[in-house]
Amino acid sequence: MSGNVLVLAEHIGGEVQEATYELLGKAKELAVALGGEVEVAAFGPASLADQLGGADVVVSVDHPALAEYNPEAYEVALLSVLRERGPRLLLLSNATIGLDLGASLSVHWDASLAAYVGALQVDGDAVLATAQVMGGKLHAEVELTGERGICTVLAGAFPASAGTAPAAGSEVVAFATPEGLDNVQTKLRSVIEPEAGDVNITEADLLVSVGRGIESQENLEMVQELADLLGAPLSASRPIIDSGWLPKTRQVGKSGLKVKPKAYLAFGISGAPEHLEGMRDAELIIACNTDESAPIFDVAHLGTTEDLFELIPALADKVKG
Amino acid sequence: MRIVVAMKAVPDLVEEIELTPDETDIDREYLKFVLNEWDDQALEEALLVKDATGAEVVAVGLADDPDIDQALYTAIAKGADGAVMLEGGGADTHSRAAAFAEYLAKEPADLVITGVQAPDDLDGQLAPMLAARLGQRHVSVVVGVEAKDGNVVVRQEFSGGRAHVLELPLPAVIGLQASRETPRYAPITRIRQAMQAGGVRGESVSTDVASSGLSVRRMFRPEQTSHAEMLEGDVDDIADKILELLRERGMVKG
Repeated sequence: MSGNVLVLAEHIGGEVQEATYELLGKAKELAVALGGEVEVAAFGPASLADQLGGADVVVSVDHPALAEYNPEAYEVALLSVLRERGPRLLLLSNATIGLDLGASLSVHWDASLAAYVGALQVDGDAVLATAQVMGGKLHAEVELTGERGICTVLAGAFPASAGTAPAAGSEVVAFATPEGLDNVQTKLRSVIEPEAGDVNITEADLLVSVGRGIESQENLEMVQELADLLGAPLSASRPIIDSGWLPKTRQVGKSGLKVKPKAYLAFGISGAPEHLEGMRDAELIIACNTDESAPIFDVAHLGTTEDLFELIPALADKVKG
Repeated sequence: MRIVVAMKAVPDLVEEIELTPDETDIDREYLKFVLNEWDDQALEEALLVKDATGAEVVAVGLADDPDIDQALYTAIAKGADGAVMLEGGGADTHSRAAAFAEYLAKEPADLVITGVQAPDDLDGQLAPMLAARLGQRHVSVVVGVEAKDGNVVVRQEFSGGRAHVLELPLPAVIGLQASRETPRYAPITRIRQAMQAGGVRGESVSTDVASSGLSVRRMFRPEQTSHAEMLEGDVDDIADKILELLRERGMVKG
């Protein structure tokens, strides 16, 4: 059985993303324990290999269908690479690309799959993953049985620094064009870049942030008033954005923006991993949530279970003097 | 066009979740179950496609999911043309995908829309796994679906607000992150009418459980390396304390 660990490189316009280095760093450690090497699949221009010196082997597939991420083309190419290279373990990011490919490759490549992985280790011959389930309220330590496994790994689970350190000798393998890549039916029609023009919440010293606990769009007015009084932009967790109550530019979290203000006031935010990832580095976090077991309190410095519908007006009144 | 919305009932995360005595699973006995919130979005998106094109929408769930019938009747009350409850299948995503795939082999859909994820899908997400079993194309983390000349046009979202607009031929499976509109509301009277009309049809699928390949060694609550210091006093005291902290940092004048 191979002891190799393969990482799929993610890039935007040829620039390898932080998440890939996080995976590469961990892959090195696991490959040593499994007696194998680190391989990275680089789909797109052959020049990607220049940024992937941290791997022992760069498997490069350069084809027009792979210029930008395309779920069908990537699946065809990655399955082909997996069958040819036969690694023990495939690491993907638990973001869009990993959410597309992990579960389908689990079937096509006949591999066990652990999702939402926050920790990984080798125990004897076994690969053990710790996954965050139930919105981060529970962790599950699982063994990936069988000859091959796939883990989709949460962003920020491992440091990126280990993944950028160069490997002793890095080999680049130009992979023959996988069958089917010329016949991909999923077409990329357009790329939408993040909206600009609204306030940039990543530049604010103070953020007033609101989550599902606010209950309705009408109630946002009350939080907006407090934010205005404090001279802070209003930001929010994913459910508020998905409901269309605030624009995407105000979203804090994995699929939104990462913020690092001097102070972050969180009202009615329970703290799903998606959200915590975007704000845990704030210097001071004060959280208000009626559920004392909510995960937001694990990253907050100060907290209260006071009803936000009482606390927000009280704060506003006091700021007004 | 026939759209199937694959649904799952999941533990209500608002409740305290207990573990089984051997600590390898959650104890489902006293838990309240609700429709997976992403599946609710998937249903809404399917109904929006129906509104635009007149497509047929069928909600499908597994009979072993607690209170799934409630979600299926609600789907009918919201505008689904029918609902099917599958007898058989297992608990993990691999088994669920096998059950839905078996059903869809018998009653094919042009488009399957389901939630991008569920809070308990430790062994992966349904949409891509189901697509792999059906040999169909799939896209996840989708925030908008439109049918167009036998194809489907979807908007796939990435970190930091980037998105791709993709067009792909049917049949296909979509993992939905968020519907274009807030999920519509079904009045309780209409849900009752749906229940009285008995529009949920039963179908059996084989109980061959597909292996997830995962062996759970233990489940545990994350160690709280730190917990917020809880502010004391009444709402006035707490507001004072918060403003004092902000003033110390020069963020509130006065």
